[in-house]
Amino acid sequence: MPDPGDLVTLEVDGHAITARAGQTIWEAARDAGIQVPVLCHDERLRPVGVCRLCVVDIGGRTLAAACVRPVEAGMKVATASPLVVKQRAVLLRLLLADHPTPCTRERTTGDCALEAEARAAGLLGVADSDSLPRGPVRALDASSPVIAVDLSSCILCDRCVRGCNELQSNDVLTRSGKGYGTTITFDLGLPMGSSSCVSCGECAAVCPTGALTHKPLGAPLRPRAELTAVDTTCPYCGVGCALTVQVDRAENRIVYIDGRKNGHNEARLCVKGRYGFDYTTHPQRLTRPLIRRDTHYPKGGLSADVRGAGAGERGRGRGRRAGGHVDYAEVMPAFREATWDEALDLVATRLGAIRTTHGPNALAGFGSAKCSNEEAYLFQKLVRTAFGTNNVDHCTRLCHASSVAALMETIGSGAVTNVFHDIKRADFALLVGTNTTVNHPVAATFFKEAVRAGTRLAVIDVRRPGIADHAWKFLRQRPGADVALLGGMIHVILEERLYNEPFVRERTVGLDALAAAAAPMTPELAEKISGVPADEIRAVARAFASARAAMIFWGMGVSQHSHGTDNARALIALCLLCGHIGRPGTGLHPLRGQNNVQGASDAGLIPMLFPDYQSVTDPVVRARFEAAWGFALDPVPGLTVVEIMQAALEHRVRGMYMMGENPFLSDPNINKVRKALSALDFLVVQDIFLTETAEFADVILPATSFFEKTGTFTNTDRRVQLGHAALAPPGEARLDWEIICDVATRMGAPMHYDGPEAIFNELRSLAPSLAGLDYTSLEGAGRLWPGDQEILFGDDFPSGKGRLVPTSFAPARELPDAEFPIVLVTGRLLEHWHTGSMTRRSRALDALEPEAFVELHPNDGTHLGIAEGDFVLARSRRGEIVLRARLSTATSEGSCFIPFHFREAAANLLTIDALDPVGKIPEFKFCAVALSRA
Amino acid sequence: MPATRETRLVTKRFGDEQAKTLAGYVASGGYQALKKALGMQPAAILDEVKKSNLRGRGGAGFPTGMKWGFIPKDAKTTYLVCNADESEPGTCKDRELMYWDPHLLIEGMAIASFALGCHHAYLYIRGEMMREHAVMQAAVDEAYRGGLLGKRVAGSGYELDITVHRGAGAYICGEETSLLNSLEGRRGWPRMKPPFPAVKGLFGQPTIVNNVETLMNVPFIVEQGGGVFAELGMGRSGGTRILCVSGHVNRPGVYELPLGITTRQLIDEVCGGIWKGRKVKAVIPGGSSMPPLDESELDVPIEFDALMTDPRIKEVEVRPGVKFDLGGGKTLRTMAGSGGVVVMDDQADLPAICARIMQFYAHESCGQCTPCREGTGWLARISQRVADGRGLPGDLELMESIAHGIGGNTICALGDAAAWPMLGFLTKFRGEFEAKLAASVAGAA
Repeated sequence: MPDPGDLVTLEVDGHAITARAGQTIWEAARDAGIQVPVLCHDERLRPVGVCRLCVVDIGGRTLAAACVRPVEAGMKVATASPLVVKQRAVLLRLLLADHPTPCTRERTTGDCALEAEARAAGLLGVADSDSLPRGPVRALDASSPVIAVDLSSCILCDRCVRGCNELQSNDVLTRSGKGYGTTITFDLGLPMGSSSCVSCGECAAVCPTGALTHKPLGAPLRPRAELTAVDTTCPYCGVGCALTVQVDRAENRIVYIDGRKNGHNEARLCVKGRYGFDYTTHPQRLTRPLIRRDTHYPKGGLSADVRGAGAGERGRGRGRRAGGHVDYAEVMPAFREATWDEALDLVATRLGAIRTTHGPNALAGFGSAKCSNEEAYLFQKLVRTAFGTNNVDHCTRLCHASSVAALMETIGSGAVTNVFHDIKRADFALLVGTNTTVNHPVAATFFKEAVRAGTRLAVIDVRRPGIADHAWKFLRQRPGADVALLGGMIHVILEERLYNEPFVRERTVGLDALAAAAAPMTPELAEKISGVPADEIRAVARAFASARAAMIFWGMGVSQHSHGTDNARALIALCLLCGHIGRPGTGLHPLRGQNNVQGASDAGLIPMLFPDYQSVTDPVVRARFEAAWGFALDPVPGLTVVEIMQAALEHRVRGMYMMGENPFLSDPNINKVRKALSALDFLVVQDIFLTETAEFADVILPATSFFEKTGTFTNTDRRVQLGHAALAPPGEARLDWEIICDVATRMGAPMHYDGPEAIFNELRSLAPSLAGLDYTSLEGAGRLWPGDQEILFGDDFPSGKGRLVPTSFAPARELPDAEFPIVLVTGRLLEHWHTGSMTRRSRALDALEPEAFVELHPNDGTHLGIAEGDFVLARSRRGEIVLRARLSTATSEGSCFIPFHFREAAANLLTIDALDPVGKIPEFKFCAVALSRA
Repeated sequence: MPATRETRLVTKRFGDEQAKTLAGYVASGGYQALKKALGMQPAAILDEVKKSNLRGRGGAGFPTGMKWGFIPKDAKTTYLVCNADESEPGTCKDRELMYWDPHLLIEGMAIASFALGCHHAYLYIRGEMMREHAVMQAAVDEAYRGGLLGKRVAGSGYELDITVHRGAGAYICGEETSLLNSLEGRRGWPRMKPPFPAVKGLFGQPTIVNNVETLMNVPFIVEQGGGVFAELGMGRSGGTRILCVSGHVNRPGVYELPLGITTRQLIDEVCGGIWKGRKVKAVIPGGSSMPPLDESELDVPIEFDALMTDPRIKEVEVRPGVKFDLGGGKTLRTMAGSGGVVVMDDQADLPAICARIMQFYAHESCGQCTPCREGTGWLARISQRVADGRGLPGDLELMESIAHGIGGNTICALGDAAAWPMLGFLTKFRGEFEAKLAASVAGAA
């Protein structure tokens, strides 16, 4: 075997060149500036050598495919000898004969690789296709809302097959048939739209011809050369994929989106990132400030769904469009347009009056994990200085607050200890309560890739997630039984002395208490509680403990419980016990939800913490912030999201500023939220659409969408990336940071910045973890805080020693009973994002998943007389909704799953507002409901 | 001493039903070579095979000893795979060999496995050969029961398992790397070479793939010595040759013959001449993928080197006057291939036969690489329209161009298998194609 470090000298077209051993001829030639034509190869893909266009003469009986043939010392390569050129011409002629020239790709983005090669070879237009009898007409397939299939353009280069199976590991595309009749095939020959395709678009991104192309989304597709490329990140999940937006500047529209090769996502995207951009130019965008008309007081919801009209009226259509977003005709009459000055003055005056009359703590603000670090920083500064309260929070409270609380308590840092890519260095990974392929799709592609390379996955969940298909073991536990199941694993590891004794001795405290708590939780008892067989618990515990390097990933299935902090504590204890932290391939990774939930938390959008997790109760810290900001700051931690709603209900909070949050759909127990929002004396909502929450507003401020912003965003890895504005804001819509500055200035806390960089620098000066990150260095793949370290805590923890915190099983707050016999678990879908304000206004995403549904086990369907597609009435003690039934064995018997994206059947009408006592996170993953045919 | 027409190395038990049983095989001298081999050093066996000039009988005629020698010295796990996926049109010898003498194959595989350090050998048998599969499986089962396979082969310390695996009816799986993919449960697609199977084959381990007839010659070589085997043959080819004769002869069949026999002798003296008193026009000497011989070329021995180099055989051209380049200045005449001799009389419609051959390769192309997938499809359709009298002016040049574009440009040899006969027919029988074309152009006008 040649050592990859060895150098080889060979001759290419008469030039002596030096290449690395193991390089292909194609790569060596490219590095020497000789481009060998190729159709089936892309640098992101494993070379397969099937198109044969790259054949070169190396003097053998047969020509060698340069893309697969490794270089050899002394090799003499001719890349364009007369024979090679002739062979290429024959190939191109054969392919062109069946190719509709110009094909869809050439007619739209103008980059059909076949036509480009044919043009370069002088074969285009001089086709002898008349003498070549065309093959049978091959099929068109328009069944996918996002990808157009034209098999007559297909040259069977297998790029799409590799993109689907090897980059995205989705295993949808393959070839079927043989010889001249070969075609690419979705699943077992289904139309693309009915197949298991998840519409990631990787196939269309790697296809060299018009066989697989993106469908246009609002703007006609055009060549890249005619468009402006803007580098930014994805506005959706915490993976924070790097992407390039191709913009038509004249039309101020995004035409399409490319994954960026210089990003940590390696140009991979999911359906939301690739196709979910057109919400930004949706006609419902707010373009002028709005003030509620006097005629629409007392305040309340305006649209039927938000008013809380009976369930009978909901879900059945009633002429409602499938899109499901609010009908502006229902809500707009309640508002009048205003100038910015009038609106901002009103906001400042009313909030100022509440502060004066009822004190600073009668005000509160919800920031957003969708906004940039700079906006999050300014928003909390506004609330803490101009409002004078710590009542500032954001949706982290609804996602990983419990995880962060447990991490802070045990190791002293709330962020991930290592990047998700590190899974490739792990030989074992435990995935708990994360539907990764749906909620972090691009991270999941790297997980699946790691599995192919030998990493073993164990997946624990109540509902079978797609990633379980790639797992060594899938343990299906009963909802709410996490602490028992994980306790059983800890029991096994302690009992069998599988833990890392030196690590536990040197790096942790609390073993005795942990052991005492785990002692009663035998695998047999854990089986009784969780439903997972004791032997499976033992097997996974042993595999985890004996792994050379193991990682733990978790999601909302762990955190969104009234015992969410305990769940996370148990996971952390597992990791610490086995010493699986601080080394390559080991660590704790709570997969963060929003694209900037890490950054918003880092920037201090948390009621008890200033930026960089510095406690508001620490006088030294507070003094530093008081000096920097020039205001006396409240030493008392503020209220959290759900607590603020409760306080509003009790008139303790009277004025609120909502920046980009939509608690009417995202918070638990909506009927209570409705009362709380109605009870506010003053509510200002700053958003891009008139959201359900905005129906309760006194003033609505039109803000900018992600693609209209420049700023920094921090992904789940602690990776801070710079995004650039691709579009101009519509109408009078303004940048969020500018609006915050204007409100603050009007409220007596002047804020003036030149732009995002100046704001970021101020944040940096107050946040030691970010101090080393120079704004301009955040281009490309961005940089990790602190200090670009992928793996943290190799030597010690911020808390010194890691704490092993004992946990004991406690049941969920509301258990099923005779009246409400089924456990409801809420969650998300691949195609939608949270309250749907963006994704349901994206035509592609809305077309893929247009409708609310409840997923239940087929056996439960049989017992309840509910069939696939029936309308179902779902009731809890707090509310009721009507929605379609889907039957699936992914959900276990006795429980059901409802995604919370759909306003017309809002899952959170049913959920319980019980909170975890430490993390203050609501129990979205467990409440009791009854289902019946509607 | 060269072989005579009566020399029987691998067909000596033909017609003897008893020889299929272990007892019958042993009674006729079977498994003595295996016992002898187990007492030899593996390297000594390899030496004998090298000395024997045994050449692969599957089609390429590659020296077997040299192939075995490619196994890396430090290989820990090696595999032997017997390629019994005989599918080349005109070829039907392995089927008869397995049917009549299954234990000879087992013995050959066992000796080869021992020489190669292999402990698990596979017999990949063509799916359609149901009768032969039953025979082979029964023989393997009996060999296990008789202690000739398993933990202690013939009482020695050597362990060997043989698995009989049925293919599923794809010609391409006779290509050795497709066969390995198929055996691994993957799609039967050829692999990129290098690496060759001897370095990285079945399950990623060094693997030797040998044809049925090749392996069946091994016991003789061990028993009698490689030198004796070499002397039976001619030139650099040892032993005898099984030829499967079909087509317009009076006595078609499977014959074991000396390597030096010429095509004309084969037709006239072995097969009773051309049927119906006609004359010969063309002969495919080694399976349908080989360029045909015309009447003037029949006095060359059907031996590997002779068919490739004898100047009495015309060189195949890519167009009139331009020789097909096999690389390194070598030209293409024809090859002994798989031993499938197809004889065509003077009334044969060669353009139609050529079109039929092209259809076969188009049907069997796996479709993985472009030149073969597209090229065989086009050749089939163009050659068919020429044969049907619907050809267009320029069709012959088009076929030549496509065939030349396929040749030497594909992942496996299937592309060549289609290109070579196409170019061969056009080189030697161009007049017949031109006549068809002239008639069709006249008809169109």
